[in-house]
Amino acid sequence: MPSDAPARINDFVIKFSNVNGSGSASANTLFAKSIMRMGVPVSPRNIFPSNIQGLPTWYEVRVCEAGYLGRRGGVDFMVAMNPQTWDKDLAEIEPGGYLFYDSSKPLPKSRFRDDVHTIGMPLTQICNRTYSDPRERQLFKNIIYVGALSAMLGMDLAEVEKLIGEQYKGKERLLEPNIKALHMGRDYALEHLPRIDLAVRRADAVGEKIFLEGNSAAALGAVYGGATVAAWYPITPSSSLAEAFARHCKRLRHDPESGKARYAIVQAEDELASIGMVIGAGWNGARAFTATSGPGISLMQEFIGLAYFAEIPAVIFNVQRGGPSTGMPTRTQQADITACAYASHGDTKHVLLLPEDPKECFEMGAQAFDLADRLQTPIFVMLDLDIGMNERLCEPLAWDDSHRYDRGKVMTSEELEAGKDFGRYLDVDGDGIAYRTYPGTHPTRGAYFTRGTTKDRYARYSETGPDYVDNVQRLLRKLETAKELVPAPHLRPAKRATRTGVIYYGSTSPAMHEALDQLEAQGLDLDALRVRAFPFSDDVSEFIADHDRLFVVEQNRDAQLRSLLVNECVIDPARLVPILHFDGTPITARFIAGEIGQQMKAMNVMPLRKVVQ
Amino acid sequence: MTYLAKPKLHHPGLDKNERGYTRRDYEGAISTLCAGCGHDSISAAIIQACFELDLPPHRIAKLSGIGCSSKTPTYFLGSSHGFNSVHGRMPSVLTGANLANRDLIYLGVSGDGDSASIGFGQFAHSLRRGVNMVYVVENNGVYGLTKGQFSATADKGSKSKKGAINTDAPIDLVGMALQLGATFIARGFSGDKAQLVPLLKAALLHRGAAFLDIISPCVAFNNHVGSTKSYDYVREHNEAVNRLDFVSPRSEIMADYEPGSVEEVVLHDGNAIRLRKLHTDYDPHDRIGAMNYLQERQAAGEVVTGLLYLDTEPDELHAHLGTVATPFNQLGESELCPGSAALQRFNASLR
Repeated sequence: MPSDAPARINDFVIKFSNVNGSGSASANTLFAKSIMRMGVPVSPRNIFPSNIQGLPTWYEVRVCEAGYLGRRGGVDFMVAMNPQTWDKDLAEIEPGGYLFYDSSKPLPKSRFRDDVHTIGMPLTQICNRTYSDPRERQLFKNIIYVGALSAMLGMDLAEVEKLIGEQYKGKERLLEPNIKALHMGRDYALEHLPRIDLAVRRADAVGEKIFLEGNSAAALGAVYGGATVAAWYPITPSSSLAEAFARHCKRLRHDPESGKARYAIVQAEDELASIGMVIGAGWNGARAFTATSGPGISLMQEFIGLAYFAEIPAVIFNVQRGGPSTGMPTRTQQADITACAYASHGDTKHVLLLPEDPKECFEMGAQAFDLADRLQTPIFVMLDLDIGMNERLCEPLAWDDSHRYDRGKVMTSEELEAGKDFGRYLDVDGDGIAYRTYPGTHPTRGAYFTRGTTKDRYARYSETGPDYVDNVQRLLRKLETAKELVPAPHLRPAKRATRTGVIYYGSTSPAMHEALDQLEAQGLDLDALRVRAFPFSDDVSEFIADHDRLFVVEQNRDAQLRSLLVNECVIDPARLVPILHFDGTPITARFIAGEIGQQMKAMNVMPLRKVVQ
Repeated sequence: MTYLAKPKLHHPGLDKNERGYTRRDYEGAISTLCAGCGHDSISAAIIQACFELDLPPHRIAKLSGIGCSSKTPTYFLGSSHGFNSVHGRMPSVLTGANLANRDLIYLGVSGDGDSASIGFGQFAHSLRRGVNMVYVVENNGVYGLTKGQFSATADKGSKSKKGAINTDAPIDLVGMALQLGATFIARGFSGDKAQLVPLLKAALLHRGAAFLDIISPCVAFNNHVGSTKSYDYVREHNEAVNRLDFVSPRSEIMADYEPGSVEEVVLHDGNAIRLRKLHTDYDPHDRIGAMNYLQERQAAGEVVTGLLYLDTEPDELHAHLGTVATPFNQLGESELCPGSAALQRFNASLR
């Protein structure tokens, strides 16, 4: 059934519907990575359940030579390997799209759609014929369908074979059967399956880019940033960050002579102990972090307040998932923004860093440690499941070897000996930050008592109002200092002058950029500001002041960043229109462009070309 | 105001230890606890132990949770950094501090409310990890700072000041520490300084998780008839298994005990403790025997004190993790940052 439609080359969405625990993940990754090796940008996304074996799992791959890496929405080619989700999978295919399924058992016509091309391949029959071991039957089925897809999509088989070779390097025993299965699928497809109008062609759109998970990148940032203590408690979707830190450290952080570790990783008994260890280590002058997700942040609240008030450096990676409570533990959201910005009891405000992709996870993951030491306070690096746990194409990581760690204001033994006045909470230069000493520095000077209770400028216990006010006002001055130190927002101006703006952050980035192109094509122009940190620098207030109509695009129900903007920049809420996506799937360009387009029409913003006409 | 500075005037004739410190150099601010509080005796014992061991005060870090006991670090070792953390969480903060700098001595001070209830988990996990520390519980069976509620170490049947009878089974932290793998386990009594000071000294030199449960009567809320943590009750029911003498290599060794009832245990740094065994059949190197003995005496209504268990070859968390000898807080970019060349190799592996 060759289609009359022109072939769609390097621009389609293929989705694999599998049962988890069936070994599909590595085959699906192989498929995506092979396309990347052909120079065509891909953005794969795992959509998985909170379960180890037997439940539905999906792997969605967007192939897009134009380089859009956000989730597009809709599916052009469905690899339907899970009977449990057949109906749902079938419904998701775009009209004119393709359904690829295991045709070993005949299915009644009523189970198919007329407006979708159907491609059956008797995968189970082929496997049962070829393999006797049940596990092999299962595992090789995945490789066989990758072989078939490579034929149907015109992929370069050499790239697939090369990748399999890399994957099984040192395990040659496994290499040969995988290559055989790949060819079996490909040969079958060439002989029996129809040509389709989707194709992958070699291109040159990947360049130097790398393919990496945000969690791994953030963990590497912690290595480069000088973290020596990691304390954590397993929680999806952050566990792989701590595990990646262990992997990177094993490779990069052993003393070459003694073989000893220049790091300590403790899997704690819970999140409370994790943050407690981080605070203890930070107090004692080591760079320390924990990785967690929303429920872990809730458990850490009391300690976060202590670290804020006692002014102890700490780095917290929050890989956000859908809440509240267990919420949607394996789905993505940006729903902990307010919980982190104002974490703990009493008056608190914290620094948040908002990375858009793995490259920024690395950069901010390292920078967080300088900021924590400089500001002597907890720093939150706000990833989410979408960038944390999916491999994302991004610019290569870079490090400036001339960079020196900023250990902040630490008074040395020599300074103490010379008689320099030491007041642990004494602001000597107006930036709101006081000097600290590491325990054990000097035999008679510089010792102080750290406590969560009120104290005076010399760390002496106090219960008086003026001491309290003096202290918490200084903490506000410190936050002002932070505004100048945190990553500045990125402005993407519209090509034509406009009074409409949009604010977005984090993993929304690729979908937002695509939506901006789509809106521009419709004649709707928006200046776009990507906020990269809290507290907001003055640039953010100015951007809001410079525009008449503003949208704030977020992946949560309650427009949390918008609340922060209203609250901290003192903005009339009516000026900020929320565009909210929170069903647990990554936000799409279709959604953003659709919502903003509709709203702008409702606001009577005429596309520019219509006005000109 | 629970902070009173103590004048720093020294009598010129005060004794100095080997490092030239006087006992006053180990003191802190004036205590604001109730007069007669057992905790103040413990603070005094800590001061004496550190003085006699010639420890440089600034090389000790004292950490605590929340409660009367956790206030005490203000009252000793004024030249040491202190950290009054959050309720029940001293062990995790201490663990992190210990990871950051393995060269300091870590003294964790907690109470029965802090360690046996809200902090029971952290108590347990810090011991099973083998954190190199002295973990002191100043145990009075009552919440003093909130005015007299039972704590989880209060014995079943004991009576509160207001007359309520405790119906819950008690947690015995020493029994727990034996199970959890602490490598130095002792119980003392705040009213028995002669036993307590040597126990503290041995604990301070132990390179592993040292746990010290110190019965410390609360004069305000738990020192009445019917309490099993009162001065009178503990004195009447104290079953000391041994008495310790602390012997440093330079001290003259006095042989003034009956042979057969004295056991000398040499610690890893050359110091030794001499156990005057009151029960000649008690073996402080037998963990299972210690558990049985403890249970047996407890059933007989006795409070066992002394050095209950000692592992003379302890290991600790840093050994488990294989960390470098240099404290982490002294490592810089050259040791910690792999640099751009390594990053380029990493990039290349991701294409």
